[in-house]
Amino acid sequence: MLLSRQRRVLPGFRLTLGFSLFYLGLIVLIPLVAVFAKTGALTWERFWHAAASPVALGAYRLSFGVSFLAALVNAVFGLLVAWVLVRYRFWGRRLMDALVDLPFALPTAVAGVTLAALYAPNGWIGEWLAPYGLKISYTRLGVFVALTFIGLPFVVRTVQPVIEALDLEVEEAAATLGANRFQTFRRVILPALFPALLTGFALAFARALGEYGSVVFISSNLPLRTQIVPVLIMSKLEQFDYAGAAALAAVMLVVSFLLLLAINGLQWRTARHHQQT
Amino acid sequence: METANASGLQRCPTSTLQPFRESLNVPALAPFDAVKNLGRHRPTTEPALVRWLLIVLALLFLALFLVLPLLSVFVQALSKGLGFYVRTLDDPLTWSAIKLTLIAAGISVPMNCLFGVAAAWAIAKFDFAGKQVLTALIDLPFSISPVISGFAYVLVFGAQGWLGPWLAARGIQIIFAVPGIVLVTVFVTFPFVARELIPLMQSQGRAEEEAARTLGARGGQMFWRITLPNIKWGLLYGVILCNARAMGEFGAVSVVSGHIAGRTDTLPLHVEFLYNGYDLTGAFAVASMLTLLALVTLALKAWIERKESSLKL
Repeated sequence: MLLSRQRRVLPGFRLTLGFSLFYLGLIVLIPLVAVFAKTGALTWERFWHAAASPVALGAYRLSFGVSFLAALVNAVFGLLVAWVLVRYRFWGRRLMDALVDLPFALPTAVAGVTLAALYAPNGWIGEWLAPYGLKISYTRLGVFVALTFIGLPFVVRTVQPVIEALDLEVEEAAATLGANRFQTFRRVILPALFPALLTGFALAFARALGEYGSVVFISSNLPLRTQIVPVLIMSKLEQFDYAGAAALAAVMLVVSFLLLLAINGLQWRTARHHQQT
Repeated sequence: METANASGLQRCPTSTLQPFRESLNVPALAPFDAVKNLGRHRPTTEPALVRWLLIVLALLFLALFLVLPLLSVFVQALSKGLGFYVRTLDDPLTWSAIKLTLIAAGISVPMNCLFGVAAAWAIAKFDFAGKQVLTALIDLPFSISPVISGFAYVLVFGAQGWLGPWLAARGIQIIFAVPGIVLVTVFVTFPFVARELIPLMQSQGRAEEEAARTLGARGGQMFWRITLPNIKWGLLYGVILCNARAMGEFGAVSVVSGHIAGRTDTLPLHVEFLYNGYDLTGAFAVASMLTLLALVTLALKAWIERKESSLKL
């Protein structure tokens, strides 16, 4: 093995790897296996009844649809925010840069109650929209607002370092060759940012799919209308319907794993691309 | 440099052309200064109006989604006056929630810290088969819905779970009690320290540690004198993020908590308890504590980032 040479010099390989594997297995892997074991113990009819019921299908549609839209909005505004923070100098830039991570640091329950109050018909934002008949809190739009909030940092933080690393000479070359600024952006800058943008989008989407804390407060959580999948799983748990919850959880876990795989692949490709250039 | 910044340019283009200038033996800066004075509109930035528009748009977005919610927490919390605010926070139920939150974070952060250092040491300093898989598995808890995380622990430790009968026979209750809350907190904060340390220690390589060993340092001496000083800022960074999540976790804790105010409510659960009891101002008072925690976290994070970047330079 390659190891023998290094092990002579640096100590602790067996100890640290052994402990890491033991701890990973105990804390992460065994509980996740329990979910699949519970699902595997169901008959196919029982699984299908729980995982493909009309209420479940409605929840998937809402979860995937709204998460996708929220991630899309975050991709557009995240790119804008990252660009502005890196390329321009203005008053309050440092503060805004630090504040971008707020959705990471703020407990989701706090985000939920706050957004629900802001967008309620008597809230600071809701009261401006109420006269036009536009309701946000306790509707699907509320779910969208919450999922946009919690996904906000992902695109900014994945795109920001790539903009910082962009080579100005490439933009100078484009300008020398007669491209106007918009052409340079569309044909030179955007293609360079695209892998990072896609990674950020996928991260925001994955996070939105699993979100519970903020949505449960701002949504009315009505089945088929405003109930996302994690809230549906929670309602099954409250009724001690563990079989139904396990079926839904298994579906969502498989989706999460696939997304994680895609994101790792994307990041690996981006890293390789950077090494080449 | 200030003028370059004001015109919205990150780096001065003259610096990127420096090598060419030297190789061509062109007399110093003169022609480039002329370019600089030519104007506000350079080929590598946008017209002033566009710049201004983009900044305003970005700030409006951030104000709407970040600043306004932040302000509203404190305004709502104080809407019934300072007396009410203090009374809510001095309530025995709030105190017990604070205590439980501190217990959960106080156990999960050191445990994941220990794991993070161990995993980063094995992954960054040694080569072995399956390293990529292990690194990916460490990130797993981030991609799982908190509700599913909590449910997974119910399936292991709950009354109908794998260990349920064994635990019940010994009178040990984990789910719907404090141990369950601690366990799921460990789960959801599992990757924070490790994912911060792995790339950091990989980039530092193993030369310094190898030198220490060659010079006769024992394992412990090497760790305390070489490794730990090298990773201390990264470690602190991971600990701060880990702590913020540990104190703020809601979904997973909600599944395994018994929701008994004063017994199994953490601070986020106490926010929900007050909110559902129509004590909005009380809910926001407790929420304002958690918001302060988030702001302190962000401030410390920014401080460490500046410290790290100044160390690199």
